[in-house]
Amino acid sequence: MLKMPDPDRNVLDRREQIVADLRAIVPGEGVIDDETGRRPYECDGLTAYRQLPMVVVLPDTVEQVSAVLKYCHANGVRVVPRGAGTSLSGGALPLEDGVLLGLSKFRKILEVDYPNRCAVVQPGVTNLAITQAVEHDGFYYAPDPSSQIACTIGGNVAENSGGVHCLKYGLTTNNVMGIQMVMMDGTIVRFGGKQLDAPGYDLLGLMVGSEGLLGVVTEVVVRLLKAPESMRAVLIGFSASEAAGATVGAIIGAGMIPAGIEMMDKLAIQAAEAFVHAGYPLNVEALLIIELDGPAIEVDHLIDRVAVLAKEHGATDIRASQSEAERVAFWAGRKNAFPAVGRISPDYYCMDGTIPRARLPEVLSRMNDLSAHHGLRVANVFHAGDGNLHPLILYDANVPGELEKAENFGADILKLCVEVGGVLTGEHGVGVEKRDLMGAMFTEDDLNQQQRVKCAFDPAQLLNPGKVFPTLHRCAELGRVHVHNGHTRFPGLPRF
Amino acid sequence: MTDSFTPNSHDEIRDAVRWAMANDAPMEIRGGGTKRGWGKPLQTNHTLDLSALNKILLYEPEELILQAEAGTPLAEIERRLTAFDQMLAFEPPDIGPLMGLAAGQQTLGGIIAANMAGPRRIKAGAARDHFLGFVAVSGRGETFKSGGRVMKNVTGYDLCKLMAGSFGTLAVLSEITVKVLPVGQKTRTVLVLGLDDAQAADAMVAALNSSHEVSGAAYLPRAIADRSSVRRVADVGKTVTALRIEGPEPSVEHRSAALRVLLGEWGKTKELHGNNSSDLWAEVRDVSYFVDDQANAIWRLSAPPHSVPTFLTELVKDVGAEYFSDWGGGLVWLSASPGERAARKIRAAADSCGGHATLIRGPDDLRAAVPVFHPQPGPVAALSERLRKQFDPKDVLNPGRMS
Repeated sequence: MLKMPDPDRNVLDRREQIVADLRAIVPGEGVIDDETGRRPYECDGLTAYRQLPMVVVLPDTVEQVSAVLKYCHANGVRVVPRGAGTSLSGGALPLEDGVLLGLSKFRKILEVDYPNRCAVVQPGVTNLAITQAVEHDGFYYAPDPSSQIACTIGGNVAENSGGVHCLKYGLTTNNVMGIQMVMMDGTIVRFGGKQLDAPGYDLLGLMVGSEGLLGVVTEVVVRLLKAPESMRAVLIGFSASEAAGATVGAIIGAGMIPAGIEMMDKLAIQAAEAFVHAGYPLNVEALLIIELDGPAIEVDHLIDRVAVLAKEHGATDIRASQSEAERVAFWAGRKNAFPAVGRISPDYYCMDGTIPRARLPEVLSRMNDLSAHHGLRVANVFHAGDGNLHPLILYDANVPGELEKAENFGADILKLCVEVGGVLTGEHGVGVEKRDLMGAMFTEDDLNQQQRVKCAFDPAQLLNPGKVFPTLHRCAELGRVHVHNGHTRFPGLPRF
Repeated sequence: MTDSFTPNSHDEIRDAVRWAMANDAPMEIRGGGTKRGWGKPLQTNHTLDLSALNKILLYEPEELILQAEAGTPLAEIERRLTAFDQMLAFEPPDIGPLMGLAAGQQTLGGIIAANMAGPRRIKAGAARDHFLGFVAVSGRGETFKSGGRVMKNVTGYDLCKLMAGSFGTLAVLSEITVKVLPVGQKTRTVLVLGLDDAQAADAMVAALNSSHEVSGAAYLPRAIADRSSVRRVADVGKTVTALRIEGPEPSVEHRSAALRVLLGEWGKTKELHGNNSSDLWAEVRDVSYFVDDQANAIWRLSAPPHSVPTFLTELVKDVGAEYFSDWGGGLVWLSASPGERAARKIRAAADSCGGHATLIRGPDDLRAAVPVFHPQPGPVAALSERLRKQFDPKDVLNPGRMS
C-alpha cells in the first residue's frame, strides 16, 4: 500500500482560513473548495491512486502563482502542481492536506519567433497545439508523446516526455531552450532563453524531468524545427522477436538513425488491428514500424537499405507506405495501442522501463515466464530504437487481488530492466508509482545526493512531497557533513 | 608546495576528497589541463590529476553508447569511434592551441565538465545532450551515480545536466557514459560570398529554416576568411558565410543543390568537398583564427542568433575587436584587447539581447578583475550557490572557479 506523507493536522484545522486567504490571491472561480468541484482532480493518469486535495487553486497569472506559493511557504502548506493530469506515474496525485495548483488557465502561445527558431508558450498549452500553431508555416515541435492531444508542455517539462521520434530528435530536455518558473518561496526565476546555452550551472536541464518537486513552470521557450520534406513508414513482420531486435541493431549499426523505430508483439498487434484496422499483418510474432524522413530521394534510399537488412534477418512481411494516408494509418495502430489493449481487457497497467536494446530477447522471454508466474497476460509495445519498453499488463480490477498481482508483476518487470543494465522509467516518470522501487536502482548515497538538490530549491519540502523518493529525509539531516579518515594522508595514492 | 595526487580508482578519488575535507585543503581537479586558463585562477596547493583514469570501459556501436573513465584522452575515444564510422555528434572543440597549449591533450571529463560543443550544436546539441550517465565523488567524499547507459531515462533528477558545465565544482567525475552517433556518409559545405553581417544573418536564417538539415552555419568576416588554411576560402577575398550539409550521398547532393538555389538570392555561392570542407569546420570549431595572437583576450558570446548583428557592428568598432560567428550567428567569438573597458562593453552588449559573454582566455589580472562567467541575476546566483554547497559544503573542489 502506498504511503504518502502524514497529513498535517495543523493545516487541515485551518482549512477554512487557508481557503479564504487563497481567495484573496486568486479571485472568482479560481479557488475550488467544494467536493464536487475538487473531485475531477483526485487522480491523474494513474487512476489506481486517488486522493481529494484539500483545495484546488487555478491561477491565471504568474504573479498569482508566486503569491500562492509564497503564502503556502509562509504557512507550511504543501502544494502539488498539475498540468493536464495525464501523468501515468501519479506525479500529480493530490495530498489530503495540500493545495492542488492547476496551470490549466495558462493557455496562451505568447510568441512565435521563426528567425530564432523558437516559440514562447505558457505551460498549459498542449503539446500538439504548439505544432498546430506553426505547421501552416512548415514548422513543428518535435517531441510527440502519445498523449500529445491532451498533455501540456508544462507537464512535458516536468516529466521530460519522449514520444516515438526521440531516437532522432531527442526528448523534451533536448527541445526546450528556456523556462520561467516560480520557486516554492514565490521567487520568479528564468533559466535559459532564446540562445543555445546559459551561463553557470545548467538549471534548465536540472528542472526538466524534476517531476514538479523543484518549481512551478510558468513559461517555456521551445525549439521549433522545420518539418522534413517527406516521411514514409515501413511495416516489417517477423516470426520471432529476436529477429526483429537484431534488425534494429543492424540498421543502427549500419549508420542509419530513422525518425522512429517501434516494435509490437503479437498480442499488441492483434489488439491494435482489431481496433483501428491499420493494415498490420496478423500472422507475425513481432512487428517493426520504422519511419524515415527527409528529402524523398533520401527516404527512398534508406527504405531500400532497411528492407535489405530486414530480409537478411528473416523478415516475413515488408510493406512501405505509398501515401501519407497509409503512413498515418500505420501509426494509428501504434498510437492507439493502449486503448486497443483496453478493449480486450477490463483494465491494463502500463509499464515504462528502458533496457540496453541488445538484451531484448532475454527480457521478453523472462517477461513471458513472469506472466505465467503471476497468471496475467502482457502485451508489449516498445520504442525499439532507444530501448524503452511499454509492457501492458492485462488485469481486472473487479477481481479481488488482481490489481496487487498486476502491481507485483510490474515491479518484477522493472527490477528485471534494472538487472540487465536498464532503468525504472524511460519517459513516464517515477511519481508515486515507481517511488518505492528507487532502491533497486540507486544506493542510499545516490538518493541522498538527489534529495540534497531538492533542499537547495525547497528546504521545507513543501512542493510535491511524497513523489520520486522512497524516504523523506529532513534537509538538516541530509546537509550534515561527515569527515572521515581525517589524518590518513592518501594511503596508496601514487603522487609526483 | 603543490602536491599532485593521481588516483587509480573511484575509491582513491574518494579517499583524496575525504583527506581534502579533513584538512581543509582545496584541490584543483585536472584532466588534460587544456582549460586551466579558463575560469577564475585557482589558489590551491593540491591537484587531483585524473590522467591515470584513462580507460575506455565499454563501447557498443549498435547501442550507440561509449563508457570511459573521465581522464581518457578524447583523441583515443575519437580513434575508436572513427573505426566504426561513429562520432561524438556534439563535435567537441579542441581549444588547447587557442589557450597557447598543444593540440590533442583534452580528456572526455574535461569536455563534459565544460559542456563544450562545436558547429553541430545547432542540429545535434551540446555535450549535455549526449551525456547519459556518470559515477562521481562529491565534495562530501561520497561516491554517487546518476543516469545510466540507456538513451531514454527519467529515473530521478537529471544530474548529468547539472554536472555538464560545472567545471569540477560539484563533484569529481570518475566514469562517464555518452551517446555516440553515426558519421554522415557524405559532407558538403555551401559558401555564400561577400555578405555583410545583416545579410549573412538573414541568409543563415533562410538556410536553417529550410528543410535541408543544415549541420553547421558560420560567418567569417573578410579578415578572418583571409586567414583560413583552406585555400578555396582564403582566396575568395570577401566575407564567407558557410553552411554544412551531412548525410547519405544522394540526399547530400540533393540538399546542397537546393541550398545553393535558395542562397543564390543573397550572393555568389560555391561548394567545398572532402578535406576542404572538414578543415574549414575544424578551424571554426577550434577557434583557430585567434590562435596566433596570444596577447588578446578571447570572449565567447552566446545570444539569440538573429539578435546579434544589431549590436555587433557597433561593439566591434567600439572595442576594436575581431570576431566571427558560429551556430547560425548565435555564438560569436571575439578577440579583443585584454582591458577592463572592453570587458564591460562586451558584457553590456550581451545583456542588451538576453545573451551572455564568457571570458575564455585572458591574463590573470583581467580574470581576477572581471567575472569570467557572465554574472547571473541575484536569485539564480543564490540558488546556484546553495546547490553547490549541497555537493561541496567544505569548498574543496575547484573553489571559486566559476565565481
